[in-house]
Amino acid sequence: MIQAFAFYLFTAIMLFSAVSVIFARNPVHSVLWLILAFFNAAGLMVLVGAEFIAMLLVIVYVGAVAVLFLFVVMMLDIDFSEMRAGFIRNAPLGLLIAVVLLAELGMGLGAWKTGALQLGTASGAAATPDGLSNTAAIGALLYTRYLFLFEAAGIILLVAMIGAIVLTHRQRSDTRGQNVGRQVARRPEDATVNVKPAVGQGVTL
Amino acid sequence: MIPFFEARGLSFEAAWTVSTIAEILLIALPVMLAVALVIYADRKIWASMALRRGPNVVGPFGILQSFADGLKVFLQETIIPSAANKGLFLIAPIITFTVALMAWAVIPFNSGAVLADINVGLLYVLAISSLGVYGVVIAGWSSNSKYPFFSAMRASAQMISYEVSIGFILICVVLWAGSFNLNEIVKAQKDHVWIINGFVANPLLFPVWVMFLISGMAETARAPFDLTEAESELVAGYQTEYSSMAFALYWLGEYANVLLMCALNATLFWGGWLPPLDIPVLYLVPGLVWLLLKILFFFFIFSWVKATVPRYRYDQLMRLGWKIFLPLSLFFVFAISGYLMATGHFA
Repeated sequence: MIQAFAFYLFTAIMLFSAVSVIFARNPVHSVLWLILAFFNAAGLMVLVGAEFIAMLLVIVYVGAVAVLFLFVVMMLDIDFSEMRAGFIRNAPLGLLIAVVLLAELGMGLGAWKTGALQLGTASGAAATPDGLSNTAAIGALLYTRYLFLFEAAGIILLVAMIGAIVLTHRQRSDTRGQNVGRQVARRPEDATVNVKPAVGQGVTL
Repeated sequence: MIPFFEARGLSFEAAWTVSTIAEILLIALPVMLAVALVIYADRKIWASMALRRGPNVVGPFGILQSFADGLKVFLQETIIPSAANKGLFLIAPIITFTVALMAWAVIPFNSGAVLADINVGLLYVLAISSLGVYGVVIAGWSSNSKYPFFSAMRASAQMISYEVSIGFILICVVLWAGSFNLNEIVKAQKDHVWIINGFVANPLLFPVWVMFLISGMAETARAPFDLTEAESELVAGYQTEYSSMAFALYWLGEYANVLLMCALNATLFWGGWLPPLDIPVLYLVPGLVWLLLKILFFFFIFSWVKATVPRYRYDQLMRLGWKIFLPLSLFFVFAISGYLMATGHFA
């Protein structure tokens, strides 16, 4: 009863916020609705017993990706009338993408329904072996059977990361950065001299 | 608490609902009271380090000062700037405050005394603490004012930066404890080094704890890292346009977060509800008392730092997070997992 209530609550909020992502006038509101949708998806993951995935979803998507998203959208100066101007022109492309996504979703669901893919049971039970926590079960699979794929994903991410840094990094010659090592290594006797000049005499440095 | 309500004739569902709500109140209300008193303690500690007296008028030794402040703020008018995005402007402090209380669900107060004894407790804490940034960011944007907006940008960059190293630090703890469950982590610290309960006595984990303490201050935007509300640059940061109860919610949420960070320090590195030394006599004192003593000890450290350390500059903050803590914590993940593999800890 409680599970069913939670399921319908999360689903209803998620669907509503997913629709609101599209219909919200303000892009910042759209991102916030998207975050709410992520959050409720995490709730659904908890309900099917995939608590590790749920927490990762919140940490990675809600906690990091969406923050950057929000960050960028908030800084943009968006003109709403200009945004709506291209609607008719872009509508066929959008429609095409929507049809493709819908077809993929339908194919996926159909394949699952006919039993071609073994993705666990419909009830979501028996997802993890007995006596193992979710995290341990995922780890045991990821670091044994899928080790190569896991490491390949890691390398792809590393390449992407280095690429992003290389593309955006620039050496500026007109600013002087702080060299902390040099500052710490500098001793008072290198920088100051204590002199006692006679009256009327200057000091040469 | 479920059997207690079931014995009084409620069905399981009803008993579950009632007992969960009762447990939430049992945690949230003392936390709120603790926050009020801890604000007073913070001001007193800060004052005595500056050779002042601090609040000393309301009640004996000024102990009721926070409640008087609360009442004053409660009676003030809530001013909403006309250019603000009204809905988000009002939601933002609620988010901050709610998120600050949510993470307490997985903190074990004694052996088994925890609201949600979940397998992924530590990940839950990480997930909830990463939500905290939204209250600040939304406030900064919806205020439609430049200083709050600068503050929101600083806050989001700062919190994401330090979460990375906090993640690695927590992995070190999880590797050694072998579980994400906070109760299991506390139990794994029993007799960790000789008779000392706590990971902090371990030479490999001590530097990790130091990094966690400093990252915790940055994550909660406390004193040396309080760039989000740097009053010399940003008026009051993201709170600039807030007044009355909305402002008070930020105030309470901030201190609830600080207390949570103290509780995490105690739970992850200092043995949580275990006594500091594994001596039978010390187990006569309830675990809750040990945990509270440790939380207060860490709160004192947080206040002490606030009173004595000058504020970081923003580039220094980023440098510390990305160029020092990130490589160091990554190194310790390697070192600790290597040590554990070499000594056959996982076998």
